[in-house]
Amino acid sequence: MDSAKPATVFEPPLTPRAGLLPRAVLPFLGILALALLLPFSGNDYWALIATRAAIYWILIAGLNLVVGFAGQLAIGYVALLTLGAYTASVLASGTVTPEVPAFLALAAAAGIGAVFGLVVGLPALRLRTFYFAMTTLGFATIVTQVALAWQDVTGGGIGITGPAMPPPFDTAWSFFYLCLGLAAVVTWMTGNIARSRFGRGLIALRDAEVAAEASGISKPALLVSTFLFAGACAGFAGGLFAGLQTYITPDAFTFELSLLFFIAVLIGGRGSILGPMLGTILLTLLPEIAAPLAAWSTFLYAFLLLVIVLAMPGGIASLLDFAGRRPLPAHRAILPRAAALEALLPARPEAAPLNLAGIELRFGGVRAIDGVDLEVRPGQVHGLIGPNGSGKTTTLNVICGYYEPQQGRMALGAAPLPAGMPQKRAGLGIARTFQTPRIIGEATVLQNVMVGGSIQGSSSFFATLLALPRPRAEEKTIEAQARLALAAVGLEGLAEARADRLQHSELRFVEIARALMLRPAFLLLDEPAAGLSAEEIRRLGALIQAVARQGTGVLLVEHHADLIFDICDHVTVLNLGRVLASGTPADIRSHKEVVSAYLGA
Amino acid sequence: MLASILASGLAVGAIYALIGITYNTMFATSRVMSFTAGQLGMLGGVFGSLFILQFQLPVLPGLALTLLAAAAIGVVTEFVAVRPVLKSLDQHLYVLSTLALALMIQQVTAIEWSTEPRPFPRLLELTTAHGPWDQKYWLPVVACAVTILGLEYLYKRTLVGRAFVAVAEDNFAARALGLPERNLRVASYALAGAIGALAGFSGGQLLLAFFANGPLLNFYGFIPVALGGLGNNRGAVIGGLALGLFQQAANFTVGGIFSSVAVFTLFIIILLAAPQGLFGAAPQRRV
Repeated sequence: MDSAKPATVFEPPLTPRAGLLPRAVLPFLGILALALLLPFSGNDYWALIATRAAIYWILIAGLNLVVGFAGQLAIGYVALLTLGAYTASVLASGTVTPEVPAFLALAAAAGIGAVFGLVVGLPALRLRTFYFAMTTLGFATIVTQVALAWQDVTGGGIGITGPAMPPPFDTAWSFFYLCLGLAAVVTWMTGNIARSRFGRGLIALRDAEVAAEASGISKPALLVSTFLFAGACAGFAGGLFAGLQTYITPDAFTFELSLLFFIAVLIGGRGSILGPMLGTILLTLLPEIAAPLAAWSTFLYAFLLLVIVLAMPGGIASLLDFAGRRPLPAHRAILPRAAALEALLPARPEAAPLNLAGIELRFGGVRAIDGVDLEVRPGQVHGLIGPNGSGKTTTLNVICGYYEPQQGRMALGAAPLPAGMPQKRAGLGIARTFQTPRIIGEATVLQNVMVGGSIQGSSSFFATLLALPRPRAEEKTIEAQARLALAAVGLEGLAEARADRLQHSELRFVEIARALMLRPAFLLLDEPAAGLSAEEIRRLGALIQAVARQGTGVLLVEHHADLIFDICDHVTVLNLGRVLASGTPADIRSHKEVVSAYLGA
Repeated sequence: MLASILASGLAVGAIYALIGITYNTMFATSRVMSFTAGQLGMLGGVFGSLFILQFQLPVLPGLALTLLAAAAIGVVTEFVAVRPVLKSLDQHLYVLSTLALALMIQQVTAIEWSTEPRPFPRLLELTTAHGPWDQKYWLPVVACAVTILGLEYLYKRTLVGRAFVAVAEDNFAARALGLPERNLRVASYALAGAIGALAGFSGGQLLLAFFANGPLLNFYGFIPVALGGLGNNRGAVIGGLALGLFQQAANFTVGGIFSSVAVFTLFIIILLAAPQGLFGAAPQRRV
């Protein structure tokens, strides 16, 4: 953790490599070993409970990506379990269709689950949290009602037999091993997603959506894949659940189950896999241990939920996060390394400038930007200054596509830059930081920076799910670059620290590192010096100049006049949404109106 | 049949609208959508039946006690599930805390009261009208009208009401002006409790005293809010009545199950088309 070395020669920071097995895998292997030993208890009742836990986990593992990672409050997942259970049972019983083999029926249940997982999930793309929670609840009610009413297919209240497993899976313990094996596979798959750019993207959408967009993460595409996968898990679990129950009625799918799934994730902790797994085991066992309280189980679950929300929002995972509590070095400095920057940003050939012409943006009757012209040249630092409310940040937001101007043109060289679509900017080489750092507090600094490299990965969700060679290679590249970027801004010593433990000034540099991951043609910095010490501002200035030397055009919004005049090649002054003056720092310093309107005499 | 559809449609519509107003009243001062809204409606029926049928109280004291008890639960909601999570509103923890409290209320009711629907008393002895003019149909409509008029009077004519509006409009500015923002919030939760209970009480003869009414009212009471726009009481009334009529029309023509499916589908489609509601405001600034 020693970062106070002079930055003369740059050595690529070493990636901490684990031995044969990463330590994070050990708890999972421990749980698996315990589960494998269970049959030696000889108690068939345990087979039932353990199988149930494994089946629940298959559903919860998928749901965990939706709730724990993406932060979508999908409460009614019992609906997908129901759909899967009925699909598998109806197909396997052959009452409606020709009889289908059990495993094929399970596959069909997964398919149906995926489709409806998407249908239930899609509103999340448009609706706010509470609305989405409500629609999933509504869906859960509807599915049960349909199961009751559609008697020809579901048997109504009388029910239907579940799929019978073919030998050798027709005994209690062999069925348990089957479910355990499947649960292990699903755990491995969600682990692959969690550690990939998809997992980071989901967490970024949850905690820093705007930054995720600026990094080129497409919310719809990512959520659609996640909902499909979680739905398939849930449908598949439903098929197994029907097999375990041997006979299902709509009564088997109470809202209490939905609650169990949802709370298991939250007890476990967001963004963790081990935590929710322990939560699942705990919640499955709880009613068995506290048998006299069976009638109160919903109350118990609800009470647990309240306690977690109020007392330990981090859940089990935060209790287990020993590394996250290790103290950070007290006297640490941010020491940007030019050599790392050069390694990260190869000097780019002379590129085209970024042009804004006659941009006008109105909010109702307010003219936030009133005809701004601006040209940011590659390799130059362009300062954008002006009093509060003069339209500086708004101009950045127009360039980044968060606002669509009513008038004016933007162009990258000869190609027009279309308004809107912030998630497309990363692909065009436009990166930015934010006035208030948009950081994922619960992720490590390294993961935060790796979010910036999301668009470099091209392998599919499916390939990542199976940990095929290409996504693994991409991961390694992105991680190596993120370490370079951290070294470039001088924070490599904090790579493994949780981001919410950093100081404000350090977060500003983390944001710059994340933006540099795009190897941007244009870097837009929104008040990067706010809250920094004088020494840090000096280092920031040097870093910005070094970035520009590599051929990147920097647009710098700042209030620190000294920094602006020290490092800018060109300065534009805004006032009331208009360009008040534009020229070299020397021109601006002597510009009468600027001095009286802004700089002060 | 048309008369039945109109009568029952307007009746349940008025109940949904009242639950919608309950959501809005809590939302106005706290920016929190609380899952307890439907439970308050459920409790209105349960308390009414408890006080009037079981304890043999006359109707008016029974009503007063019901509203008081529900107001107390509203205050508990504020203290337990809302206040602790207000400082991190952007994390939406209130969705979870109010859901947890709502489930606890529901489960306690199921165990301590009954898991079966129990009868609710006939409130007025003087009318003997039956069919569409039965009191069970027009009582909720009257309750809804009284509530809306009462709220309009409160918000427009009284100092406390104006203070409510100020807090709803701009929390920080209201606090800076020296308004007791916290007390107003507690008061609004008490008021919401009473309004929710009034919904369940006035509609008690339709819905009965049944613990499982909570989630249903939660969902159907939320639809008017979603349609009318958050915090818009008039929108909630229009949305509620429209929902009630649509639902009952579907009920009478295609049957109960498919009417729920129809309502749900329509709800999703409208929400996706107009996420801010039909009378809602534009989205907030993000960057």
